[in-house]
Amino acid sequence: MPPALLSPHSPAGVDARRDAAYAVARTVRDPELPVLTLEDLGVLRDVTIDADGGVSVAITPTYSGCPAMATMRDDLERALREEGFDRVTVRVVLSPPWSTDWITPAGRAALAAYGISPPGPAPRRAAGPVPLTLGPVHRVARCPTCGSTRTSLTSEFGATPCKALYRCERCLEPFEHVKEI
Amino acid sequence: MTTHESPTPAVATESTGVAHHPSHPAPNPSDAHGSVYDALLGGDPSHWAFGTDFEDPLAGVDTTIPQGVGGEDLGVYCLMLADDALIASHRLSEWSSNAPDLEDDIALSNIALDLLGQARLLLARAAAAHPALVPALPAGSPVPPEDALAFFRDDRAFRNVRLVETPNGDFAQTVVKLLLFSTARLALLERLRGSRDHVLAAVAAKGVKEVAYHRDYAARWFVTLAGGTEESRRRLVAGLDRMWPLRAELTTAHAVERRLAEAGVGVDPSTTEAEVDVVLDQVLAVAGLDRPERSPMTAVDGRLGRDGMHTEALSRILGEMQVVARAHPTGRW
Repeated sequence: MPPALLSPHSPAGVDARRDAAYAVARTVRDPELPVLTLEDLGVLRDVTIDADGGVSVAITPTYSGCPAMATMRDDLERALREEGFDRVTVRVVLSPPWSTDWITPAGRAALAAYGISPPGPAPRRAAGPVPLTLGPVHRVARCPTCGSTRTSLTSEFGATPCKALYRCERCLEPFEHVKEI
Repeated sequence: MTTHESPTPAVATESTGVAHHPSHPAPNPSDAHGSVYDALLGGDPSHWAFGTDFEDPLAGVDTTIPQGVGGEDLGVYCLMLADDALIASHRLSEWSSNAPDLEDDIALSNIALDLLGQARLLLARAAAAHPALVPALPAGSPVPPEDALAFFRDDRAFRNVRLVETPNGDFAQTVVKLLLFSTARLALLERLRGSRDHVLAAVAAKGVKEVAYHRDYAARWFVTLAGGTEESRRRLVAGLDRMWPLRAELTTAHAVERRLAEAGVGVDPSTTEAEVDVVLDQVLAVAGLDRPERSPMTAVDGRLGRDGMHTEALSRILGEMQVVARAHPTGRW
């Protein structure tokens, strides 16, 4: 049976409505990295249908000070309204904290194609104090221009909180790397 | 020439007499087809961070107060952690466009932004835990509670340690201050991840990842300046000497912190002292420097920053940070 014929309050109707809402939400793009959808970036955590039939979307910030949260919320509300979901609530989920490991394979490919080096695996560490790292940071960052891995870190902080600055030693082009958290 | 004429006139330069047309005509607010300013004037309030219904940073987060803890204690505890982050963030943001180079300008601004984000969540948590902490504003004021706490409290109501309010000094002194602050905050947040309060636990878990980068940044610069030139080492040693007396306050527990720690909701900062010392000694050893022989900055009438006792520097920060908000408590932006 096509979803449109289901009652929105029957269990199957709720599922279909949830799937339809998710299909819309997953297309919304990150305002600062528009090559990524919020789903690719891993900040879209959940889409549910409330008891009153409204859509509830859960998103999580990449960093505590992420200035794009309000824009993400508005973009989600707008996209869902345009598709006929007139009651939309966007919730913030703080736990578990966002990790670059949540960036999807498609998202990583899109970043690389856009000229941003995607993150490696997020650091794993045992419980207890966070070890101090005084030496140079070792990670494989591939130059998105020429593909060389002979690259050097310029700064651990870039134009957005989630990126570090690199330079390619081979073609000398600067580029950004999404740093692992 | 007036900038309000429309359409924008061609400008004839005296030397050549060649007419020069600006590539973009100046916007005309009375144009029937609208102007670029239209987007600023109506509709979507999400462009504005202050004074509008911007966004509750804790929307949808469970803010139930854990059993066995008083709302006021929890609120004041959140203010302590929030004010440390807020004032440190404000000081770091003073480096924007003033840092020694572009990379460090960006780095310090990034660190300031992370801390501002932590402050926002913690101020919102404080307001939710004990609404009486939030200064009263005129009826109809659109200022959300987190902003009321940031912009409408007087210096004595701020609970930050005095270290974060000290003037930046030169870059070396800022590096020292950031090293001391982020080392203590990282050790504290690491433990706070186990808080029985869901919001504090979540803020801490996120903050650990961020502050780990802040501490590494400060520690690397500390070592670099120590091993750089005679001048960079001289400045670093001077900064270390000035900041060291403010270090002890970071690991001195206030009665509220002790109570919250006993309840499994907060962290007694004195329990982080040994770990903080290990990290600082490690950095000092690599830098080839000794601990300064300076005694801790004294309390005033037995009161420290956590009690609301501050240096004159905080009043000056607040004067700058709060002036616009206080002049327009019912303003919409």
